[in-house]
Amino acid sequence: MHIDWKEYQTGGFYDELISSPGYPRRSARILAGYLASLSSEELQQRKAAAELAIKTLGISFTVYSEAGNIDREWPFDIIPRIISEKQWLKTSAGLQQRLAALNCFIHDIYNARKIIKDKVFPEALLAQSDNFRRECVGMQPALEVWAHICGSDLVRDGDGQFYVLEDNLRVPSGVSYMLENRKVTKRVLPELFENYLIQPVTEYPAQLFDTLAAISPRPLDYPEVVVLTPGIYNSAYFEHSFLAQQMGVELVEGSDLVVEDEMVYMRTIHGLSRVDVIYRRVDDLFLDPEVFRRDSALGVPGLMRAWLKGNVALANAPGAGVADDKAVYAHVPDMIRYYLGEEPLLPNVPTYLCNDPVQRDHVLKHLDELVVKPVNESGGYGMLMGPQASKRERQRFAGLIKANPRNYIAQPLVSLSTAPVLGEKGVEPRHIDLRPFILQGRNTWVTPGGLTRVAMTRGSYVVNSSQGGGSKDTWIVSDGEGR
Amino acid sequence: MLSRVAERLYWMSRYLERSENLARLLTVYSNLLFDLPRGARIGWHTLLEITGSMEEFQQSHQITDERAVIRYLLADARYPGSLLSTLVLARENARTTREIIPAEAWEQINNLYLVVRDSAGRSVARGPRQDLLQQVIGSCQQLTGLFEGAMSHNSGYRFIELARSIERADMTTRIVHAGSANLLPDNVPEDGEPAAVEPYENLIWMSILRSSSAYQMYRQHVQDRVNAEDVVTFLLQDPLFPRSVLHCLNRLEEGLQPLPHNDRVLRDVAGALRRVGDTRVNVQSGRALTEYIDALQQEIGTIHIAIEQTWLQPAIAQDATQ
Repeated sequence: MHIDWKEYQTGGFYDELISSPGYPRRSARILAGYLASLSSEELQQRKAAAELAIKTLGISFTVYSEAGNIDREWPFDIIPRIISEKQWLKTSAGLQQRLAALNCFIHDIYNARKIIKDKVFPEALLAQSDNFRRECVGMQPALEVWAHICGSDLVRDGDGQFYVLEDNLRVPSGVSYMLENRKVTKRVLPELFENYLIQPVTEYPAQLFDTLAAISPRPLDYPEVVVLTPGIYNSAYFEHSFLAQQMGVELVEGSDLVVEDEMVYMRTIHGLSRVDVIYRRVDDLFLDPEVFRRDSALGVPGLMRAWLKGNVALANAPGAGVADDKAVYAHVPDMIRYYLGEEPLLPNVPTYLCNDPVQRDHVLKHLDELVVKPVNESGGYGMLMGPQASKRERQRFAGLIKANPRNYIAQPLVSLSTAPVLGEKGVEPRHIDLRPFILQGRNTWVTPGGLTRVAMTRGSYVVNSSQGGGSKDTWIVSDGEGR
Repeated sequence: MLSRVAERLYWMSRYLERSENLARLLTVYSNLLFDLPRGARIGWHTLLEITGSMEEFQQSHQITDERAVIRYLLADARYPGSLLSTLVLARENARTTREIIPAEAWEQINNLYLVVRDSAGRSVARGPRQDLLQQVIGSCQQLTGLFEGAMSHNSGYRFIELARSIERADMTTRIVHAGSANLLPDNVPEDGEPAAVEPYENLIWMSILRSSSAYQMYRQHVQDRVNAEDVVTFLLQDPLFPRSVLHCLNRLEEGLQPLPHNDRVLRDVAGALRRVGDTRVNVQSGRALTEYIDALQQEIGTIHIAIEQTWLQPAIAQDATQ
């Protein structure tokens, strides 16, 4: 299984490490050389060490299946993905710009609605949005920020340019895996950290805590911040627990909280204790059975009353998901121009809105070239991959689009970049994407890199861990040759 | 500290302590039974009596032989008191308090669980059994050290300590109970043959001490030969031996001091302490000793309920009184 980069075929896609067979990119030269210097046994040992580390560290995620929930070990490939610092600086600035505009948009939508009055954003899109929360109209959250934590999915097309595929503003997950991936890499490839100056990612929990503390309704030095989880059977429970631990705050479930006099308290061994900021990892509709789903056992009755009174801060704010909608996504470049008076630094993937009759016709005529996505799904569900789909499948989607056009958008198939993955027989290219995390409170901060997700099956574009995707450590390194 | 978290830490600690005790019990009885003639009143069934699992065992088994009993107590996933099940529960409680306990503790518990899950079924045979049980005992002891040395001695730590003391006190009473029920006069069945065991009595009391890791400390403390009265007194009333009931209750009382609203639990502990401390244990009558221990076990149960209703599930306690 000894690695020979001359035999590595990228198949015409943009590869993150190898520009053409035998030629690593500048920032990947040391890595590629090092991997090629390892014997087959050494490579296998490193791979096994990574698997063992993941097992003993208990890095897992939950898969829902008919046979019950299974706690599965996190899939990880030991070869890191490298992005040059120069390119990352630009990308990072683009992400901050984007989140700033999205927060302006959400605040505007729930208050003055200037963007609609100025006819930059069509009101009709809003009226039919599943994630618009009437209950939030008129709310003025601290710092006018609604989405404090955003996970944007980036893809790199054949031209090497990063495009934003979507913005996750509800309860984006994955950041703990980004942190754990680095920990595992340090265990299994420690030598490389001698030769590379890699931007550390460990600052995230501290940055997250500062972001959350900044929106506390009580101006305390140490406001009571908690992480609200749906519980141990949630697929991201590992992450909820991890973040609470890293921030040194309580991890609570709905039943641990109680609202009295429009204030939120948690039940402790000392009695009730006031809570200031809730980093909630529970979806809007399950937050408060008084307002949203009555059957929710995950939420806290009265939580919305306390929030609307300004007695507790919620991150992300309820209703922030209004901008996490693939039809709204298409308008983000306009929002950046409208609110910030700037040109977008990061491009969108071109998007057709099926709601618009002209664009819908185009989509229906070109279903075999396009990817069709429902506007509100996450996890890669309910999609049509036009070029690979059967005729029957395309017909089914044509029917779905006509029945509910607002629910669908279509995009050209982006030929996702690849990176080498260590398999049984050596290295092979697999498609990847990137999810950086952006925080906005008093300041804005972007993770250096993010979570690289890998489609582990040859030729597949599906990177979601719930559907068999894997992951890689992501390195931001300076363009000079290492240290 | 959240009540729910306190509850999970408490049970994690109890299950860990139970795993260690169970592993030691299986080790010691395996050693003892290799030395005893077949048909002695102490046998593999004694393990079922100590662990209180006889009834459940009999529902699914006809034969009470070594293989069946060991498999049941070691590796039966359906029996909630088996070593495997106990570690599943310890792990589940640790997994849901990962943000509270030291990261190494979680890794250690997870690892221990994986080892037992993967090898318990193969470790019923005598050779591998000893290795596995030693590993379990060692890991649990390491964990006790980890909590002591790597976790702030905060409220969470207090609950881990409380739970360990209660579990230890409970296990020690069970071990003494099994000895008294099988070895002392007027518990011997009419048609039994007391003479069959007597030559081995010394050996058995030594094993009882070993089940509590008490043999060496006992020898240092008691100069006389190993005998029923001294062993029972040592295991119940020695103030310095860490697994004696008296010591566990003293530790418990100490650990309760910094906790809020502790009056009810302290009262219950004081009750149990009076029972342990004041009596000169009567080992002449097996029946009297058995009754005494039954009462003591009940007091320990009462303390557990008081802890539960005061801190772990206060809401349920309120509902119950309304």
